[in-house]
Amino acid sequence: MNPIQLAQQQQCRRQFLRGSAMGLGAAALNTLLSDVGQAAAAVPGTGAPHHVAKAKRVIFLFMAGAPSQMDLFDYKPDLHKQFKEPLPPSVSMGQRVTAMTRGKEQLIAPSTFNFRRRGESGIHMSELLPHLSSVVDDICIIKSMHTDAINHDPGKTLICTGSEIPGKASLGAWLSYGLGRMNRNLPDFIVLSSAFWSGDRQNVQALYSRLWGSGFLPSKHQGVAFQPAGDPVLFLSNPTGVSQQSRRTMLDLTSSLNRQHMDEIGDPEIQTTIAQQEMAFRMQASVPELTDLSQEPTHILELYGPEVHKSGSFARNCLLARRMIERDVRFVQLFHRGWDHHVGLPRKLPLQAYDVDQPSAALLADLKQRGLLDDTLVVFGGEFGRTTYCQGRLTRTDYGRDHHPRCFSAWMAGGGIKGGITHGETDDFSYNIVADPVHVRDLNATILHQLGIDHERLTFPYLGLDQRVTGVEEAHVVKDILA
Amino acid sequence: MLRTILAIVCLTSLGRLHGQSTIQFNQEIRPLLSNNCFHCHGPAEEDRQADLRLDVPGSVDVEELVARITSSDPDLVMPPPESHKKLKPAQIALLERWAAEGAPYEAHWSFLPLKPVTIPQVHNGDWSTLAIDRLALSHLESKGMRPNERADRRTLIRRVTFDLTGLPPTLEEIEAFLNDSSENAYDRLVDRLLASPRYGEHMARYWLDLVRFADTNGLHHDHYREMTPYRDWVIRAFNDNLPFDKFITDQVAGDLHDNPTIDQQIASGFNRLHLIIDRGTALPEESFVRNVVDRVTAVGTAFLGLTVQCAVCHEHKYDPISQKEFYQLYAFFNNFDGEPETGGRSGSDFQRGLQPPYLELPSAEQEAKLAALDSRISEYTAEIRQLKSQQDDSAKTAEGSVEGEGDGPADRLAAAEQELKTAQADRTKLLLAIPATLVMKEREDLRPAYVLVRGVYDQHGERVERDTPAFLPPMQQKDGLKTRLDLAEWLTDASHPLTARVAVNRFWQQFFGIGLVRTSEDFGAQGEPPSHPQLLDYLALSFMNSGWNVKTLVQSIVLSETYKQSSTAPREMFVDDPDNRLLARGSRFRLDAEVIRDQILAVTGLLNSQQFGPSVKPPQPSGLWKTVVMPSSYPREYKPDVGEKIFRRSIYTFWRRSLPPPQMTILDAPTRESCIARRERTNTPLQALLLMNEQQYFQAAMHFAQTLLKSSETTDEERIQLAYERITSQLPNEATISQLVLALDQFRNIYRENADDAATMIADAGGSSKPSTEEQGELASWTMLIHSLLNLDITKNHQ
Repeated sequence: MNPIQLAQQQQCRRQFLRGSAMGLGAAALNTLLSDVGQAAAAVPGTGAPHHVAKAKRVIFLFMAGAPSQMDLFDYKPDLHKQFKEPLPPSVSMGQRVTAMTRGKEQLIAPSTFNFRRRGESGIHMSELLPHLSSVVDDICIIKSMHTDAINHDPGKTLICTGSEIPGKASLGAWLSYGLGRMNRNLPDFIVLSSAFWSGDRQNVQALYSRLWGSGFLPSKHQGVAFQPAGDPVLFLSNPTGVSQQSRRTMLDLTSSLNRQHMDEIGDPEIQTTIAQQEMAFRMQASVPELTDLSQEPTHILELYGPEVHKSGSFARNCLLARRMIERDVRFVQLFHRGWDHHVGLPRKLPLQAYDVDQPSAALLADLKQRGLLDDTLVVFGGEFGRTTYCQGRLTRTDYGRDHHPRCFSAWMAGGGIKGGITHGETDDFSYNIVADPVHVRDLNATILHQLGIDHERLTFPYLGLDQRVTGVEEAHVVKDILA
Repeated sequence: MLRTILAIVCLTSLGRLHGQSTIQFNQEIRPLLSNNCFHCHGPAEEDRQADLRLDVPGSVDVEELVARITSSDPDLVMPPPESHKKLKPAQIALLERWAAEGAPYEAHWSFLPLKPVTIPQVHNGDWSTLAIDRLALSHLESKGMRPNERADRRTLIRRVTFDLTGLPPTLEEIEAFLNDSSENAYDRLVDRLLASPRYGEHMARYWLDLVRFADTNGLHHDHYREMTPYRDWVIRAFNDNLPFDKFITDQVAGDLHDNPTIDQQIASGFNRLHLIIDRGTALPEESFVRNVVDRVTAVGTAFLGLTVQCAVCHEHKYDPISQKEFYQLYAFFNNFDGEPETGGRSGSDFQRGLQPPYLELPSAEQEAKLAALDSRISEYTAEIRQLKSQQDDSAKTAEGSVEGEGDGPADRLAAAEQELKTAQADRTKLLLAIPATLVMKEREDLRPAYVLVRGVYDQHGERVERDTPAFLPPMQQKDGLKTRLDLAEWLTDASHPLTARVAVNRFWQQFFGIGLVRTSEDFGAQGEPPSHPQLLDYLALSFMNSGWNVKTLVQSIVLSETYKQSSTAPREMFVDDPDNRLLARGSRFRLDAEVIRDQILAVTGLLNSQQFGPSVKPPQPSGLWKTVVMPSSYPREYKPDVGEKIFRRSIYTFWRRSLPPPQMTILDAPTRESCIARRERTNTPLQALLLMNEQQYFQAAMHFAQTLLKSSETTDEERIQLAYERITSQLPNEATISQLVLALDQFRNIYRENADDAATMIADAGGSSKPSTEEQGELASWTMLIHSLLNLDITKNHQ
């Protein structure tokens, strides 16, 4: 029995533990209530929330580099019959491809991995995701995601900021702007990037701070990137030789002099400086407390798998994400790189899947047993999909796949999303969508919807436009997947 | 509510009484219509509903308008509910009044030609006779308010020194100004600051945000790009007071002058500051289009204050810019003679961050060395060729002959080949040290331009010719093809309504923290109208009449009484007018990231004032770049510089677009991925952490503490006074001194009880102290005290 199933079985027995989780929830509720007013005052005009929210917080597990949908989620059982056959032009329809495979023959590369029906829902899952398969009844797999971008940089920028062109605000920044603070001692929006990954160390796509940037929104809404080594938050630690007592003495001095100065000059903004210095001081305690895993019991560490012991691992970041969610951080975004498998996919993908399978399943189980999954939305996905045709060497057990914007898979769980379902369908080649397409905009609109926000009404005036995270084109909440 | 209604009634009757409209269309009505109605009833034909245009006069049915905006029927009411736009009661009332007056229109204010401004009469004429002040005061008096008193001398010299040089005044400079009892002491102070080489560095910094200057390409691998000669040119241009029309012209079209100077060619690199993707993933055709759009967008933001890029895919929704007109502007910039994506990773160009076309800028010495190396290389090449052919000949004639020892042809050949290799290596090394910068260059054959349907790079619509938007004055009629140089002349023509307004507004913004037009990047219908339209026009006209003299403009602003007002005011004034739009006091706002850092280096005695040259890398937390680089990104690792370089002004700091220095971005510096005309100013806990814990800032505090302990001041009070004055430019009052003395003693207690802390602090911050516990404790305590002063609100604010 794997640790996740174990956890599920033990759930009832751990009901008593709920007491403490509830306690946390109650504390969080207090801060929420006291900050709702603040948020409304801080964000005149947005009027958010626009309706009752199903989710209060979001964890976005971003798979940078674009995982292959038909080797993980989008089962195409009959494709092996067409091994190495050219993709019919009626399917590709002269569609634009990248500079890497332009003008090359498009030969079909069926997945070498086995799929099996899993859970009560009987959803087909790849053998590469055994742990995730064990919680499949909690997740909704969207097989009909699509995007406009064909290359990584614009693709990631689009999914994270709603536009391919740099300069827009990221989703987390929008939430911070629209919903205000939910806790007193930590940032609203935290970013955790894996420091290493297993699938592909050579071809690794870069990230950009714009992916969690505030764009045109005030920079206080930008994501705070936690560092895997050194200070988790930049400049968090006191300089060597500055004790807490020494720091306290300094802050008492500066607060007092600042207050005097405010009395003399009149500017109430000085009060903000004083308050932010105090918040910084509190963060010096709250962040180390947050990242200190020494109090996590063994069975929880085991739940997330062996990699949890390594700083900067995806597993460790999943556990940290849960701790952040418990402390009412609104939006936590994990970035895991290494999915860009242009060649040698069957060798690389299992390693990469190993990185994320157990930790992300553990995260769901862990949130669930603490009663947090109900109002925490978890999203998993990359910037686009991969081609059904091969790039590079093609045998039954070796192939590569190029970028594919026309369809890809993502999954959502918790936060008012139906579990144990799939949404949307692709054709027999996992090339075109044949039912219920979900654009990146629609995904973002749906995330906002679950948080009580109408994506058309969360706006910020900039460059003459009422900017929205879903942009100027139509976007639709994916109603079918809502519980 | 009742009061509002009464006020409106009174105003209305007053207006009628005088037989004139009380409504300012551009100030009050157009923003309302633009934001709520233009989307469907504006310039964009494809979205237009009911054949109704509200952006131009003539088509509005006054009764229908009133009926619709006041209707309670969701099917009739305007704006329609699904637009999520809703007019407030006061806005409806305003529109009703406007309708009652017959819906009079004015052309959009910023598109109207500049007309000479009549300097208004004011009640308090004694305050100042300067035009800026009369215009500001008349606005203030219309609100029933009075200007604030003048700031004291210490505040003034601190403010104006920051504003003109980005640095605080030294104690000697403060002393000299305080002791200068002459009438024109302040004027002379301003003259001195305008002549300082620091002036150009400070002015250039704002420009570099606007044109998104950086040291990397910004996309994909985010490789290194070398354009520091452009940055240095901007600094020199401000210091040399290059007329602003030439400043614009040389950037838009410096390469097109007859026999352009080196500086003009460098300046044309403005057209190369856009993001560039590297070869291999994107499609070159698409990258090409994207670059040109980026280039045109920059011209729109920087010079026109217009969001022209809104018309890439469709007609502009708010401003009268058609999609075709966008591509007519595009046509000026699409004839670039170079690749749209960065080249391969081998070769010296890549290592130098260069991509053709570029300009080499060797010193005379480098030039001579290069020539010498080149002639050596050709000599060796010739020798090798000769030796090889000799060898071939001798092989033919004397087959089987035994080679001589030592200096035979084979050895000579090997030696020559070795020499050639050495010379080539020397050449590459020299080349890497030669400054160079990307420039603009026109292709010989004209590349045709088309409307791109929905903005898609390969969907050609109608072919277009170079031209400017029809709502602006036409270009001078000329035979033949219009060029970028013609475009630059058009931009800087005296009849252009935007260029000067947009420029003076940004300069004003530097000194008051906010522009007369708040949206300094957008002067279109969706931008905010100016708080002081007459003042803006006055400044713009004077600017042009002075020959676009930036120093004269800046001088006129900082010499005004409006600027010199004290920023001390009752709390309610800050609450009522937090951004000081009324100009009823001196502006108080947080200094920019660069100014904060430079100030710390300056007051602690660490600042290295060396000018120009390649960007430098002061320390930053290790490992930061790991998330943003790929294995072959160049550079891949942040290797901090050592020595004096790390204390240079922040304008010389290396700027990686995918992750700029956190010391800057935490304090609201933009990433330089797009053109930014103004920075946000926030106040966050991360900023507090930065100022509390950043390594260089703490080391600077210790450096200052060391100097202080060596100085001739002997009592704690004297030292505290000196430190406080040097850091804040103000003298501490008795209460402040006694608090600081008290805190110092607390620090002493802490470090007496924790002697190890003092020792490790000094070791880690690179301080030096005699090894005695007492002296170490003293240095640690003073470091904490200095560092506390560096963290004060007064230290980080312009006031």
